[in-house]
Formats: sequence, structure tokens, C-alpha cells
Amino acid sequence: MNHTFTFTIDGVEVRGRPGQTIMQAADEAGIYIPRLCAHKELVPHGSCRVCTVFVNGRPQSACTQPAAPGIIVENETEALLAIRRSLIDMLFVEGNHFCPFCEKSGNCELQALAYRFGITAPQHPYLFPKRDLDASHPDIFIDRNRCILCGRCVRASRDLDGKNVFQFVGRGPGKRIAVNAKAALADTDAARTDRAVSACPVGAILRKRVGYAIPIGQRMYDAAPIGSDIEAVRADPHQ
Amino acid sequence: MNKKLNAVIQGICAKVGKDRTRMVDVVRETQAALGCVSSEAMDLIARETGTHRVEVESVVTFYAFLSSTPKGKVVIRLCNDVVDRMQGMKRVAEAFEKALGIGFGQTTPDGAITLEYAPCIGMSDQAPAALVNDVVVTGLSSDSAREIVAALREHGDPSRLVRQLGDGNNAHPLVHAMVRNNLRACGPVIFAALEPGAALKSALAMTPQEVIRDVKTARLRGRGGAGFPTGMKWEFTRQAPGARRFVLCNADEGEPGTFKDRVILTECPDLLFEGMTVAGYAIGADTGIMYLRGEYAYLAPFLEDVLARRRAQNLLGAAILGKQGFNFDIRIQLGAGAYICGEETALISSCEGLRGDPKNRPPFPAQKGYLGFPTAVNNVETFCCAARILARGAGWFAEMGSKGSPGTKLLSVAGDCRSPGVYEVPFGISLAEFLAMAGAEDAAAVQVGGPSGQMVGPKDFGRTICYDDLATGGSVIVLGRGRDVLGVALEFLEFFVDESCGYCTPCRVGNVLLKERLQAILAGRGEPADLEYLQKLGETVKTASRCGLGQTSPNPVLTTLKNFRSEYEKRVAPRGDGLQPSFDLSAAVADAQIIAGRASVHAAR
Ligand SMILES: Cc1cc2nc3c(=O)[nH]c(=O)nc-3n(C[C@H](O)[C@H](O)[C@H](O)COP(=O)(O)O)c2cc1C
Ligand code: SF4
Ligand code: SF4
Ligand code: FES
Repeated sequence: MNHTFTFTIDGVEVRGRPGQTIMQAADEAGIYIPRLCAHKELVPHGSCRVCTVFVNGRPQSACTQPAAPGIIVENETEALLAIRRSLIDMLFVEGNHFCPFCEKSGNCELQALAYRFGITAPQHPYLFPKRDLDASHPDIFIDRNRCILCGRCVRASRDLDGKNVFQFVGRGPGKRIAVNAKAALADTDAARTDRAVSACPVGAILRKRVGYAIPIGQRMYDAAPIGSDIEAVRADPHQ
Repeated sequence: MNKKLNAVIQGICAKVGKDRTRMVDVVRETQAALGCVSSEAMDLIARETGTHRVEVESVVTFYAFLSSTPKGKVVIRLCNDVVDRMQGMKRVAEAFEKALGIGFGQTTPDGAITLEYAPCIGMSDQAPAALVNDVVVTGLSSDSAREIVAALREHGDPSRLVRQLGDGNNAHPLVHAMVRNNLRACGPVIFAALEPGAALKSALAMTPQEVIRDVKTARLRGRGGAGFPTGMKWEFTRQAPGARRFVLCNADEGEPGTFKDRVILTECPDLLFEGMTVAGYAIGADTGIMYLRGEYAYLAPFLEDVLARRRAQNLLGAAILGKQGFNFDIRIQLGAGAYICGEETALISSCEGLRGDPKNRPPFPAQKGYLGFPTAVNNVETFCCAARILARGAGWFAEMGSKGSPGTKLLSVAGDCRSPGVYEVPFGISLAEFLAMAGAEDAAAVQVGGPSGQMVGPKDFGRTICYDDLATGGSVIVLGRGRDVLGVALEFLEFFVDESCGYCTPCRVGNVLLKERLQAILAGRGEPADLEYLQKLGETVKTASRCGLGQTSPNPVLTTLKNFRSEYEKRVAPRGDGLQPSFDLSAAVADAQIIAGRASVHAAR
């Protein structure tokens, strides 16, 4: 598409193209909007709400809301940072997270967001749910304690792997990830190389026998906070 | 694999042409035929309809009326809505438990009877009430609970529980219900006579654009709660590109304390179907779907009969009233117990055979709705208004009511009042005037618009019922003196926790957190800082939630914090140790941050 348009994010003029979401346009402009359920290769889900922005004064999820000419987007305001922080806290207390000895530590998007937001302890009381594990598969395991219901595995399995291994069942606080089998993951056609496995932003779907392989200091978010790669676009005028 | 099961499932799937978009019908029927949708049944359904097993499971586990484990032949669903609780539900519940020898959520050992709670079943004016399979029993007492159990033990036939028939069409053989209309005030828009076909005739004499213009001139706004201008919605739907178009009628009526659509469905279904047909003509649709909540399944045979008659009268079908090229028919889609399916995009999901998850917007239903086609979703009462506008004229309609809210509104009132029931009143009536009509002059608090609306006290009784002041889809719940306003707010929160679809974080988690904190306060464990916590959390849930459920679910807390603050203040006290509210987390972890050698981005500011 050639006819681009402009709009602003926190007063900064940003270029957008028809068909782009606010998040996509922001990424290209080097402005990071925090996110969890969004993934570059997957259709937007709009469920975590961490990407909530104000568009002309109304709250919208940046990952689903189309960019449009002249819109005024608020991103890093006090009010929005407080809301996002509260949502991140909710995701922590809703599950059972034990970062210090979690295999995903250092590579986990939820943990990395918590660091970025300076969260040392959640403002909400822990809910300590009872959730189950599925270690039936020879190469992959599911730990629902660490699942944040972002649905990335559901979309990746369906749209990238062409398999439909995962889907949501139940509703409300009882909603959870289920597998396409009567009993367990071992009975599905899930494979170690599935994109559904690598799409999980947290330590809920993991490959077996590779935990703790990367030394501390070399993990994904050890050196710089999550979002730095996007912000680097803005810092580097040649990109 | 079990041969008999296979045959049953094949039969059920064949009835809908193995169409997986009719999954809700398939699993409803399976549940009715087999008492559950078992794991084996899910496999078979998936195979028959060409989908994945987990997709079937995902639907079955979403709706309250469906289950993967066997339920009794008869399921008693006792309504545990706020009004029912106010009117003695607890004693009825205990009587059921004692007579059956089981608790709620359990099935008798012989597999005959299951006992459950259900949220508002639309009978608040005749509470306590329950559903026994599809049969409604009202005005329950502990005596009648025992009698019901004895009768079911004897013959096992819920339909024989109906001893005394209700008024009007409740006594119609196809309805055969003990439900009462309690219709207390009839107005000129909804509860006036209509000659079938009158509105259609005048619509068909015009172009579709002219029909839309009339609805716009009448300034009709949606009666389901949100109040969107109906003419504009129809115009958007008409103009959106698409090979087909659909008209959807929202008869999910799940907002606790709302039961006005039930009375329309019982007493003036022709007016409603005529309105849907007019909408079909206006937007260029050939199909209408009425989404009828599962709780109102007892009305389905009667409504099907009305549809059949209208087909025979050429008010539905091909070339309606001789108008070449105008073909329109209506089917009924039954729900299966989910309040969220009243939200228009969740309603569309459910009609498409999916979980009742709302959809991302945009696209809006008018652009891409049912099966991706432009779709107009309207409330039952809205279609009735549209039909009347066509029959009587836009000017006539616009003159009634108040400036921003023309026409009349149906209100359903229940709780501590002498005359609970349905009233058709002009918009702009003050709450005080209305309370006087309903015999509730001495109300201490009134919940206007159901749990998602507002709790107001006497200082607000002078306010008016209209879109710009006290808006309501119809629910008015009266609380007399001595009722615990915060206890009611807590029950409303429990309702939202149960009914959240669970898709988005703020609604799925935030409502639980709101509920738990309010519970703590009511248990005497609250401190002053909790009020600020509730306020902030409530605002976060409202702002960040994806659909109207989460965008309004904190209202019970937020409106009582505003209008009944002293109720909170008298229940909270500073903590003895004085530690929690003033605890400075940043200071406490400063050392740890130094040791870790990193400060986080925002905390570092
Ligand atoms: C959680 C939720 C439940 C709803 N339930 C109903 C309902 O039972 N009936 C209804 O007409 N509208 C309901 N609505 C409003 C619908 O989303 C929609 O606005 C309405 O059907 C549009 O029709 P109208 O413009 O004629 O009012 C609900 C909305 C939400 C968010
Ligand atoms: S999944 Fe992420 S947030 Fe959860 S315990 Fe593991 S590292 Fe921590
Ligand atoms: S607000 Fe979110 S979780 Fe709640 S019903 Fe709507 S989409 Fe579902
Ligand atoms: S990233 Fe937008 S809602 Fe999750």
C-alpha cells in the first residue's frame, strides 16, 4: 500500500498504513506498547489487555485496533501504566509462578514485563489456584500453573502448525487450556518442533530436557528489558 | 465404539445437515437425549461434523446447561438471584436438599434428579422460582419444594408439576405454564393491539431506505441496554458489503431482574416477528434468527407455532404479501445457559456454534456479523417499537417520552414492592413516580438496570428514567429498609464472576479480586485503604475489559461506594498493627535491587 497517513502516539507523529493495527504502526515507529497475547506471526487475540491504549480518549487494545488517520493515541501515561501494572499483577496472582526456579526464567515475557514495570511483589493477593500438569508427552510438557490464557498456542497450532492441538475449555475463572484428546497431550499429534510450543510466552508449554541450558546472563531478557528491540528502531535513525 | 450412542449422535447431526455452525443445537440435543455430552459423544460429534474433538469440548464446557458427566433425568435449577434470595430462596433450597438427600451440584444416587442453582431465570416477580428441566415452577415455598420432589419421585414427569395455569397465553396449550404475566401498565407501543401484517403492509409500500428513514425520524434507540440508534444500525448493515445479510433478535434476557421480553414473547410475538420482518426488508436480509435463552425453552413450541401461522399467512416466506423479491424467514436458536450470550457478538458466536466468547471489534456486526455477513442485532422490544413505528407513524412515536428518549419503555420491577411485574411507561418518568406505581414508595435503595446498572438511594429518586439519566434495559430491583446493600452488591459480583466468559484478564481475574475484597470487608476484615483499592481496581476492570460485561461488572461496587459510602465506612477499621497500608515496597526492596545489580525501567524514574 502506498498511501500512508499519520497519527500521534503520546504526541509523537507516527506513520500508519491502511490495514495496520496501532501496535504494528507503533512497532515500526520504534514505540513499544507492552503486550502478552500478541505475537507477530499470529492473528491478534485481544485478551491480555496489557496493550490497552486510549484512542481519542477511549480505551482500546492496540493489538486489535486499526490505525487510522489523525487519531490521538495515549500510551505511556500514568493512568495507563497503572492499569497495565494491575493487569500484569493479576496474571501473576491468578496462577502459581515461581520464577527463581522456573525453566523459563530470563526468557519469560511475563517475568520480563514485571521487571520492566518494576514489580517486585503483586498489589493483589495471591489466589493460589489448583491447576494440573500434563507430562504425558515424551518431548513436551504442560504446566497450567504458569499458563496466562493468552491463546498463542491455540492460534499457532491452528494457523502455523495446521494441527489444532490446543483449545480453551471452561469459562470465567475456570477457563483453561485443553488438548485435542480424551486424556492427555501424548494422545495428540503435538510434536517437539511445533510452533505452538515456542509460541508460549511463559513457562506453561515447555520442551523437555532443555531447561536451564542457557546460563544466567545470556538469556533473552538478561541484558535489556523487554521491548528494547522495538525501541532500538527509534534510537537508530538508519533503520 | 458404542453402537447405540453412534446411532443417536448420527441422527442428531443429520438433523442439522452435519453443519458444525449448528453445534449448539447438536450438543443441546445430545444433552437432552443422553443426560450429558460424554467424552465418547464428543469424539463422535467431531467426526460427524468434521471438526476437532477439543472444539466440541470447548463448546460443551462453556454453557451451564451442558455437561460432560451424566446429570439426572430431571434437573432442578433453583434460581438464586438476589430477588429470590430476598424472598425465601434459602428455605426452599434447604427443603429441596432435605427431600432429595443431596446438596446442590449433586445427583441422587439413582440418577433420577440433579439439583443445581441457576442465575436469574426471568421470574423475579414470582420468586422463588425454579426450572425443572424446561418447566418453570414459581412462587416456591418449602412445602411446594417437598411436593415437587414427591411428585417427581412418583411419576418423573416435570410437565405434570404445572397444576394451575398462568394468565394470558401462559395457559395456551403449547405454553402450558404456571408463569404469570403480572402486566400492570399497558402503553400504546408494545401492549396495544396490532393487526398482523399492518406494519409490514406500510413498510412494503415504501422503499427499504424510506423504512430506515422512518425509524430514524422516530429516533428509536435500542431497548436492550446500550441505546444505540436503531435506524443508524440498520443503515450501516444495509450499506455494508456482503453477499447476504442477517437480522438477529436478542431474546437472551439475562440481566438479573429483567423479564419484560418474556411477557412480549408470551403476549405479542406477532408484533415482534413483524418487527424482525420489517428489519429484514429494510436491511435486505433473507434470514432472521431469534436467539432465545435456554431458560425460556418452554416458550419455543408456542413461538414455532406462531411462525408457522405467519408462514401460512404469507407474512413470512417467499414473496411476502405479494412483494416479489422479498423473501424472509425466521428460525429460533436456543441458548444453553450463559448470560454473556446476551452480548451481541457473543450471541453471534453462539449462533455460529461456538463458545459464547465475544468477538473483537472492529469489525462490528453491522459490517461482519453472523458467519461474517452484515448483521443487525436488536433487542426484542426494539423490534416491537419498530413495527409500531411503521404501523402508526414516526411522528406519533417521537412525540411520546422525553426529548432524547422518545417512546415508551418496558420496566420489570421486583423485590420489596407491592406490585411486582411489567409496566409500559413513557420515557422520562421519574424514579419516584415509578416507585409509587409499583407500590415501593418507601424503598431504601433501588438497583436500576440490573447488576450492571446503578444502585441509587432516596436522594436520587427524583431522577428520570431515560438514556441520558437513569438508563435501564428494563430491570428495576427494589430494596426495602433493613436490606443489606453491600450484601446485594456482593451477590451481584458473584454473578459476574460466574458469568464472565474468561477471555480477558481484567474481567476474569479482576472480578474475583473485587469479590474477595468485598467479602473480606463484610467479614469484618476490612481497613480504610480497602475502599481506595476497590475504587482503583473497579476502574481498571471497567477501562481494560474487552466487552460490556467487564466494562460494567464493577458497577455494584463503584455505585455503592459512591451512593452508600457510609455502609462501607462503618465496616472498616484501621489495622491494629498499622503496617499494611503504609508499607513501602520500594524502600523494602531497595537493597535487593542493589544486590541484583539492576533497577527496573519504571521504578528507576
Ligand atoms: C453482558 C451483556 C449482556 C447483554 N444481554 C442482553 C440481553 O439479554 N438482551 C439484549 O437485548 N441485549 C443485551 N445486551 C446488549 C447487546 O449487546 C446489544 O447491545 C443489544 O442486543 C442491541 O440491541 P438494541 O440496540 O436493540 O438494544 C447485553 C450486553 C452485554 C454486554
Ligand atoms: S512462567 Fe514466567 S512468570 Fe511464570 S514462573 Fe516462569 S518465569 Fe516466572
Ligand atoms: S469482559 Fe472479557 S472476560 Fe468478561 S465477558 Fe467480556 S470478553 Fe469475557
Ligand atoms: S497484546 Fe493486545 S490484548 Fe494482549
